[in-house]
Amino acid sequence: MLILTCPVCGVTAEETEFHAGGEAHLKRFGPGSSEQDFEEYLFMRENPRGVHFERWRHVYGCGKWFHAARCTTTLEVFGTYPAQTLEPPADLCKSISKKRPGWSWREFS
Amino acid sequence: MSEPITALGGAVSQNGIAKVAEAAREGMITLRGDVTSAAVKKALKSVTGAAMPGAGQMATSGSYTLCWMSPDEVLVLCPADTVGDTLTALQNAAGTAHVLVVNVTDARASFTVAGPLAREVMAKLCPVDLAPGAFEPGMFRRTRLAQVAAAVWMPEAERFRIVCFRSQARYVFDVLCVAAQEGSAVGAFN
Amino acid sequence: MSARIGTNGRLLNRDRAVTFSFNGREMRGFEGDTLASALLANDQMLVGRSFKYHRPRGIVASGAEEPNGLVNMGEGNRFEPNQRVTTTELFDGLTARSQNHWPSLEFDVGAINTKLARFLPAGFYYKMFIHPRPLWKHVYEPFIRQSAGLGQAPKEADADTYEHFYAFCDVLVVGGGIAGLLAARAAAQSGAKVIVMEQTPHWGGRAPVDGGTVSGSPVDEFVEQIVSELDAMPNVTMRTRTMGAGVYDHGYVLGYEQLRDNAPEKPGPRHRLWRIRAAQIVTATGAIERPLSFAGNDIPGVMLASAVRDYLVNFGVSAGDRTVVVTNNDDAYLTAFALNHAGLQVSAILDARSIDSDSPAMQQARGLGIRVLTGHGISTVKGGKRVSAVEVCRQDGNGSVTEEIACDAVAMSGGWSPVVHLWSHCGGKLTWDSDQAMFRPDVDKAPTGATGAPFVKAAGSANGLMSLAETVSDADAAGKAAARAAGFTPKRTKAPVGESADEAPMQPVWLMPAQADYHHRAKAWLDYQNDVKVSDVQLAAQEGFESVEHTKRYTTLGMATDQGKLSNINGLATLAGALDADIPQVGTTTFRPPYTPISMASVAGEARGDVFQPIRRTPMHQWHEANGAHWEPVGQWRRPYAYLREGETVSAAVNREVLNTRRNLGLLDASTLGKIIVKGPDAAKFMDMMYTNMMSTLKPGKCRYGLMCSENGFLIDDGVVARIDEDTFLCHTTTGGADSIHQHMEEWLQTEWWDWNVWVANVTEQYGQVAVVGPNARKVLETLGGMDVSRDALGFMEWKDGQIGGFACRVYRISFSGELSYEIAVDAGQARAFWDALMTAGEAFGAMPYGTECLHVLRAEKGFIMIGDETDGTVIPQDLGLNWAISKKKEDFLGKRAQERSHMTDPKRWKLVGLETLSGGVLPDGAYATGEGVNANGQRNVIGRVTSTYYSATLERGIAMGLVLDGPDRMGEVIEFPGTQGATFKARIVGPVFYDKEGEKQNV
Repeated sequence: MLILTCPVCGVTAEETEFHAGGEAHLKRFGPGSSEQDFEEYLFMRENPRGVHFERWRHVYGCGKWFHAARCTTTLEVFGTYPAQTLEPPADLCKSISKKRPGWSWREFS
Repeated sequence: MSEPITALGGAVSQNGIAKVAEAAREGMITLRGDVTSAAVKKALKSVTGAAMPGAGQMATSGSYTLCWMSPDEVLVLCPADTVGDTLTALQNAAGTAHVLVVNVTDARASFTVAGPLAREVMAKLCPVDLAPGAFEPGMFRRTRLAQVAAAVWMPEAERFRIVCFRSQARYVFDVLCVAAQEGSAVGAFN
Repeated sequence: MSARIGTNGRLLNRDRAVTFSFNGREMRGFEGDTLASALLANDQMLVGRSFKYHRPRGIVASGAEEPNGLVNMGEGNRFEPNQRVTTTELFDGLTARSQNHWPSLEFDVGAINTKLARFLPAGFYYKMFIHPRPLWKHVYEPFIRQSAGLGQAPKEADADTYEHFYAFCDVLVVGGGIAGLLAARAAAQSGAKVIVMEQTPHWGGRAPVDGGTVSGSPVDEFVEQIVSELDAMPNVTMRTRTMGAGVYDHGYVLGYEQLRDNAPEKPGPRHRLWRIRAAQIVTATGAIERPLSFAGNDIPGVMLASAVRDYLVNFGVSAGDRTVVVTNNDDAYLTAFALNHAGLQVSAILDARSIDSDSPAMQQARGLGIRVLTGHGISTVKGGKRVSAVEVCRQDGNGSVTEEIACDAVAMSGGWSPVVHLWSHCGGKLTWDSDQAMFRPDVDKAPTGATGAPFVKAAGSANGLMSLAETVSDADAAGKAAARAAGFTPKRTKAPVGESADEAPMQPVWLMPAQADYHHRAKAWLDYQNDVKVSDVQLAAQEGFESVEHTKRYTTLGMATDQGKLSNINGLATLAGALDADIPQVGTTTFRPPYTPISMASVAGEARGDVFQPIRRTPMHQWHEANGAHWEPVGQWRRPYAYLREGETVSAAVNREVLNTRRNLGLLDASTLGKIIVKGPDAAKFMDMMYTNMMSTLKPGKCRYGLMCSENGFLIDDGVVARIDEDTFLCHTTTGGADSIHQHMEEWLQTEWWDWNVWVANVTEQYGQVAVVGPNARKVLETLGGMDVSRDALGFMEWKDGQIGGFACRVYRISFSGELSYEIAVDAGQARAFWDALMTAGEAFGAMPYGTECLHVLRAEKGFIMIGDETDGTVIPQDLGLNWAISKKKEDFLGKRAQERSHMTDPKRWKLVGLETLSGGVLPDGAYATGEGVNANGQRNVIGRVTSTYYSATLERGIAMGLVLDGPDRMGEVIEFPGTQGATFKARIVGPVFYDKEGEKQNV
């Protein structure tokens, strides 16, 4: 069972206080979008072995959504950051590179 | 208009290792707004006298207490009979600031767990480090209590306050009584 | 015979005798005994029958690794099967019964299986019972089930309570032997917060039995001293009777504390499951002795050498009068010395090793006059329910008997295996130590935690360090290293120095004798509990099961409740031998928690009985309870399904409630419906995104029915929205949607439109809400007095704040029944009083409460949809004829893009219609309508299904709604719904509104 630190309220708590919310940094496609864009937005998901970015909600705490960068094989948590962003923070990407040189995930690396 | 009642009519249990009791009815107001902004802080201070507490903290001034719920939510505790006035005052004090102020007094149930073993009773239900030093009066923690959401704090040493949803009052009281049952002292915080 | 002797017994309190019973026979022991030691003291070596062959089985071990000594414990609501006698503390009044035999332990019919053993090899069931297929279900399986199973299932509900406890520490030490205690002290001296747990009631582990000195003190005195030191440290928590059950991700550990299994009369919980978060974990879990694989090694009286020693030293119990020790190492000599010291006869030591000169232990044995035969082992153990003799042979031969030695106990030792379970649970890797013939933790491949750093360290014999000297220094170092890794600075103290006798190297012995023929191998047991022999594993290898994981499943090796604590390494080595491979190449199976079985109830903790789940109650719950409520679970809520009167059936009550509401006055507790406030300058814009309808045009003071879809286009919730003011909306949701829709709104505001100025708050529980429904609704409100609720003052689909009967309230004139209806919200603290006032005032108008089933009938009569009935996650509003509620003007709303997909606009989607049975009866819920032809699987094509079906007391007939292919174009057509048992229901397609089609009644 994981422990995560909520970047919003600063609390470090066990997984039962949180709720997993799937892949992070999805871009919404609405009316007028192509079939392919809409399909990718709604259904296509990364399933990496290694570095992954996902959404979590501190459901039993401050109630806020946030993002976590995590290794799917070792469960190492590289960092968490608030959800109000379109991309992972640069310093987090840098620190992941130190631990997992050459990583990439979608358009990020 | 009849006298408002609490969910369990003041239930008490003191057969176990700590006294579990439903707390007296207390006014509760949720204010949603940017509590880091000067306007909202000022409004809160002018009405309650208390300064906006930091994350995970609470602040009391006279009969008002402010509890930090999230960066955009504060729970205001006040005497039950002043809820209406406080609501209006907060709304007015906020002026043009974008806030939502709403009475949640009856949406909640509140309990106390008291006694030298109160920490142990709570640590059976909440996945939080409640050891002395790790959790102390002045702190305010939203967490999970058994299977429901709750907010907990310590008004003083050896006493916890718990706030949960009103519909779950019976469950929370019962589960606190199970955790406080006779013969269940842990001896972990001695 | 096994018996109590006058000396030894360091754990006994001989002043306090204890009475217990085994298979109904009264026996006596002492305080401090385990059930195993007490049984042995009463010469009860035979404790059970084996699982497959029903062979007589005796106690083998003295701890958690015991495979045979499993008994049914207790009686009635405290009955529990499969309790290990070696870890069960004796108490006055304990009752135990042996398992797996019929009719009795001494005489067992199933023992015929042992004669048939030749015909019951590994995989027997798979091979034998596979054909012919139908026989499996009706003949083989019922028969096998009757003879299988370990112990009996309890028949009564457990009378005890259980709990969890959340604990946090810097260093957790699992194991309270000499290594664990030293590691704990070294860690605690740094100031780190330490928890140390020990599965037995005693600190010190094996060391006080095995002897030696630490820093000049006898080891038992050293243990006492260090325990009192730890006791005095405020940053150390010490728990005995607490087993480290499992190590999980990110330093999560489960500790299983048995609080009063040794004292059932004490109050309080029986077990406590510690849910611990530790920055660092030291596993000081010791080692387990391995049996030797020789013919007859399962006959009662054959025990681990260490166990024979434990029973003697700890409990003053001799396993037999004449003992033969058989070994491949020096450690077992300690058993011979202890027996000799106690004045018991050691008939011989059979040492399988061939070494050039005597080791110090051999010299000492010979000096004591004990006969030592090197290069020898056991060919066969003789005896049935008890050892009577051993046949001696050369270890390197094929089992030719050189002599026979009469004895009644055999103490065997095949070397030691570190307990690496907890190291391995979370991914710690192992390395093969060929010198000691053991898997030990690979210190470079420890489990890693949240930060990516290792968080488990093994210490002492759990780390493969078998001598006292090595154990002591390793444990001290592990404690310091753990403290350092947890962010503390360990004290610069010197490690204590341990001293014990020098030992000569062991030599691996995987089969005794090495060239044993099939006849011998088929009687050499690897797994006692699941009856797996050397020959079975060899057969599996021969049949192509080369992977250890496959062999394990095929033979069931290590799959019993002991999880192969004694058998894994021996089985693995046997498989490696059969495959002619090295042991590390064959690999190990995966260790999984818990280390030993834990009670399911401890996992559930407090969640049982009344608090099994959080039942939610409305402010009127007690009134409902006192007035005949027949409950319906709606999520975690309990809502009255109907209110039963004396002698009334449920359906009669529903019909009564329906008719009364249509004719007079019905009151519904609608408090569970969700109420969410949405406020802000961008609230209208946000509402337009959330709902399919145009909500921004709603005028303050008015209500509008709205639909919500997921981004995938499917209908997820519905309800009436009231506009409070320009900036504020109040959204009613379904009961189930109150929390989920609130979270849905928060999610979009936090993660997509975080720059929009909108706040939402879930105020569902702030209010008690009552639906006042029926022709007399207005009259009762006017009787109570207060605000004007006339048609002109409060029109249909309007709301107003005011007071009624002195209660401050908000009144919505909305209707889910088609009747004149007011939904009135008051503060929850006054809701019960308001309900009472309505009931009292309503008496004159025929008021009756009504439940959820009546609500359903009323809405179905009106053709109103219900989320969860008409919808199932694949239904879009267009399917339900709700196009009128989907804005065509809005550029965007959640689900709009999805509903433009070809599948969503397909004219062949099933659509909502009403259904009337030709017979007037009620259609079965969920029934499918069949059409022409068959599908690709040869099944009849379906053309629709029933989504809601009720008996309408108003119309005195069955009514239903359903989704039907081309339904709205087929009005008047009759379609067929096959029921169960050959029945067929014919129904006519009609419009979904059955009652008051013009909608006049709600509008009066």
